[in-house]
Parts: sequence; structure tokens; C-alpha cells
Amino acid sequence: MPAKLKWGVLDAVVIVFALIPVLWIMSLSFKTTATLTDGNFIPREWTLENYRTIFSTDQFVRALINSIGIALIATLIAVVLGTMAAYAISRLDFPGKSLLVGVSLLIAMFPQVSLVSPLFNIERQTGLFDTWPGLILPYITFALPLAIYTLSAFFKQIPWDLEKAAKMDGATQGEAFRRVIAPLAAPGVFTTAILVFIFCWNDFLFAISLTSTEQSRTVPVALSFFTGASQFEDPTGAISAAAVVITIPIILFVLFFQKRIVAGLTSGAVKG
Amino acid sequence: MSIGSTTPGSAATSEQTAQQTQQSRTATRHRRKAPLSEGKRQERKLGWLLCAPAAIVMVAVTAYPILYSFWLSLQRYDLRFPADRQFVWFENYVTVLSNSYWWTAFGVTMLITVVSVVVELVLGMALALIMHRTLVGRGLVRTNALIPYGIVTVVAAFSWRYAWTPGTGYLANLITPDGAPLTERGSALTIIILAEIWKTTPFMALLLMAGLALVPDDLLKAASMDGASWWQRFTKVMLPVMKPAILVALLFRTLDALRVFDNIYVLTAGANETSSVSMIAYNNLIRGLNLGIGSTMSVLIFITVAIIAFIFVKLFGTAAPGSSDDGRR
Repeated sequence: MPAKLKWGVLDAVVIVFALIPVLWIMSLSFKTTATLTDGNFIPREWTLENYRTIFSTDQFVRALINSIGIALIATLIAVVLGTMAAYAISRLDFPGKSLLVGVSLLIAMFPQVSLVSPLFNIERQTGLFDTWPGLILPYITFALPLAIYTLSAFFKQIPWDLEKAAKMDGATQGEAFRRVIAPLAAPGVFTTAILVFIFCWNDFLFAISLTSTEQSRTVPVALSFFTGASQFEDPTGAISAAAVVITIPIILFVLFFQKRIVAGLTSGAVKG
Repeated sequence: MSIGSTTPGSAATSEQTAQQTQQSRTATRHRRKAPLSEGKRQERKLGWLLCAPAAIVMVAVTAYPILYSFWLSLQRYDLRFPADRQFVWFENYVTVLSNSYWWTAFGVTMLITVVSVVVELVLGMALALIMHRTLVGRGLVRTNALIPYGIVTVVAAFSWRYAWTPGTGYLANLITPDGAPLTERGSALTIIILAEIWKTTPFMALLLMAGLALVPDDLLKAASMDGASWWQRFTKVMLPVMKPAILVALLFRTLDALRVFDNIYVLTAGANETSSVSMIAYNNLIRGLNLGIGSTMSVLIFITVAIIAFIFVKLFGTAAPGSSDDGRR
């Protein structure tokens, strides 16, 4: 089977490209303190000590719960709000549309470093500082421009006439939406969900500036406290182990949603 | 989605209510001569309603911080000398723009952006095609390919740094037997760009793959029956359908690349003239506590990014979201 073989080779290239640095992190996480800096790709002595260290305090577990909760809620809200706005932008004609598109792009463009200290002041005054909503709100805000842009790009390419055709064939408005439009919009929506989730999960800048206790500290910030200082220098093994652990939710999230980005949904939809 | 009534009613009577609203709507249309048709007005109202939540959240969170940055950029304001605070108009801009340090960082940022975005577009497209079409282990490949993007940036950057540091890494002595690649400008920049490409190609690929999912299979089959080669099908059938997806991927990736920070911060900390503009803005704002100059740099980065975004949107014309010629309505 030459076709299968060809794809197999290509797949292997992709996997190697993506995974070598990841395997390197895993290798660091299994190394003992003594062999950590020997420069070997494969550990000479294997140990689970690093994993034991990170789970021995609640700090990491608590941060993991915060991260999962905050990222999921922010993703859900951002995707819903983004879908509503993108539907309006790509389907409806109303004044102020290009203003909205322009403003959301401007927000995406402003260097976030300079927004952190004013945000900190606002959150201190409104009592949002060091709470879940205090992180969820900025995440929604900075994910929305990407969500709106991605989703409107996809909604634009959907053959909306199909909806009319379905209704002519006797489907109700609800059925037409559920059976025809929703499956077509799904690739865009799930792609957006994956990107937004990863953005929230990986954010360091907002998380370190807008939290102060375990109550809302997320994993990337908790990692930086492994040393007590701002640099990650010494506990490389523990940090690598934590990095491996916190990549698992991302893998699960992507595994779950990638199936919904399917090919050929529009098969037979467009004639000529 | 029902555009019609906002009248609350149980599911059983909703159809009836809808009919009634329909009737009353036609009635009003006959009664007074509105400048806008009723349907048009409904459309506007729905448009505003759907956009309002997103718009309110974005403006509420960012309006004050952004305006405050602009305001700070017009002042001499250094937290180490708070008594010297003074409104100086555009003096900060003159200071920054006449500084060679800024222009070096600007050049480095542009180099990183152009090289990484171009390479990522090509690689991302190839990756998207593989993830979209592969016959073997699709889920495995897709998930694997997205892992680099999913790893916390700072941690990934540290793994790159360890790999390239002599004594701790397996790659350090690969190219130059006894050199330290991260301490020389050329090789350090190459490694920074490589790390960027490795990390964010999946972002491009994912967006492009979702664009590929919209290409109708029939169209491809028809094209190949008409004797179109693979390259012709790619450029004449797939690319036009994917244009909006390509724009979004390019635009957001470029915006991100222009603000590159984490990778440089970890890999070289800006040594040997490898700082990006975001790095020096950060150094002034957070490290140096010079709010005036730091904010000025932020505004300048913002203006640069805005110009580039504007060019992209113009280049892509009607493929851009919200452009007036939306077609297909």
C-alpha cells in the first residue's frame, strides 16, 4: 500500500518534529539531581522523585484546579460571545460593524505588558484582584478578538443558502440550524475553543500580576514559585515534571475536540 | 435562529406568537412610512444585540488601561524620581526614536517576525494538509502536532535553553564543537527563531486545517476529473476558499511575533543585541520603572503593529471579516 506508506512517513516526520523537545523535557523530569546536567538525551538514572515533589504539597494541585476551572469557564464564555458577534458580523448588516471589527483588532494589538499595571489598580479597587473572575475577565477580553476573527472567517465561507434549501425541503428553523448550519460551523467553533483554551492555560503575565494567593494562582505562576524567586534556575527537574503533568489536560482537550474538525462536511453542498 | 419576537411565551404557543408578530410587523410597515424597512431595522437590532456582550466586555476591561498608557507616554514619569513628573508632550517619542538601542531592537524584531512567519506559513500549510488528509492515525497526528503550542511557553523555552547550553544540553556541541551558541548573536537569533517556529507552527496549522475543512470535496473531485494537477487544485480551488482562514492565521501570528518576548527572555535575556522591542519596553516599564519611556515604547509597538495589520487587511480586501462586500446573503 504505497498511499498508506507515504502518509505513514509524513506522519512520522510530523511527530518527530513536534515531539523531540517534548521528550527532552520528559527526560529532564525523570533525571536525578546528580545527572540533571550531564547533557544526555536519555537519562542514565531514572527517578520519580520529581513527580513526588510536585504532588507532595497542595500548592500544585490547588493551582491545577484553578487553571482548569479558569481556563474552561473563560473558553466557554469567550466562544459563546465570540460566536454571537461573529454571526452578526458575517451575516447581518448594521452600522458600527467595521468599528467593532477594528476595535477588537486594536485590543489584540496593544502590548499587554503596559496594560498590566492599570488593570492591577482597577482590580484592587473593585475587589476582583486574586479571584477567579479577576483572571477570567481579562482572558475573555484578550481571547475575544481572535475568537471573533476566526469565527467570522469561517462563517463567511459557509454556504448559508443551504439553510433556505433545508427549509424549502420542509425543515423547521430549528432543524435547519441544528442539522445544516451547526455542523458546518463546528470546525471553526472547535478550532477557536482549542486556541482560546491554550491561550488561557499558558498565560503567565496576567496570572502573575493579578493573583497573590493559592486561591486563584494558576499553574504557570505556581511553577515560578517552586524556587521562591522569579527565575526557574534550580528545581529544573520538578519544573519539567510539572510541565509534563500540565500538558496532559491540553492533550485531552485537543483529543476531545479535534475529531470535530472533520473533512468534507460540505460535500455535495455546492454545485459547480 | 429566530430573528422575530422577543415576546416571552411557552413553546406550545410560540408558533402562534411568531405568526402574530409577523402580522403586526406587516401592519406597522403599512401604517407608517419609516425611512428604514422593518426587516432592516430588525436586522440592525439583532446585530447590535449579538455584538453587545462581546463589545461591552472588551471595552470595559481595556479602555482605561489603553488610554492610561497613551496618557503616560506623554509624560516624563520615572518611579525612581517621582517628583520630576511632568507633562512633556512628545518628548519621550523623540527620545526613543533617536536612540540606536531602539532601532537595533526594532531590526531584530522585524527579522524574527518576517523569517518565522514566512517559514511557519509554509510549514503550517504542509502540516495542515497532512493533518487534514492523512489516512493513518489521524487523531494521533493531530494531537501530537498541537503539543508544542500547548506547552507553557516559558517551560518550552527553558528546555531549548538547556538543550543548547554547553555542559547540560545534547545540542550545544552539534554545530561548533566548543562554542556556546546562545552567546553569539547570529546563532542565538537562529535558535530564537527556531524555537518560535517550533512553538507556533501548530497555531497556523490548526487555523489552516479548519479552513481546509470548508473546501468542498466535490469541487476537488470535479477539478481532478477535468485534468487539474495537484498544484492547480491547490492554487485554484483550495486557496481561494481558504483565503479568510489564511488572513486570520497570518494576521494573528504576525501580531504575536511582533511582540515576541518569552522566548528571548529565557534564551538570551536580550544579551548580545538580541532584544526585541517588547523586551526593552518591559525592561523600562517593569524593571526600570520608567513609566513614561516604557509607555512610549508600548505605543510605538502598537502603531507599528497597527500599520502592518492595516496593510494585511487591505491586501486581502473582501476576505477580511466585516468588509462591506460580504456576498452570500
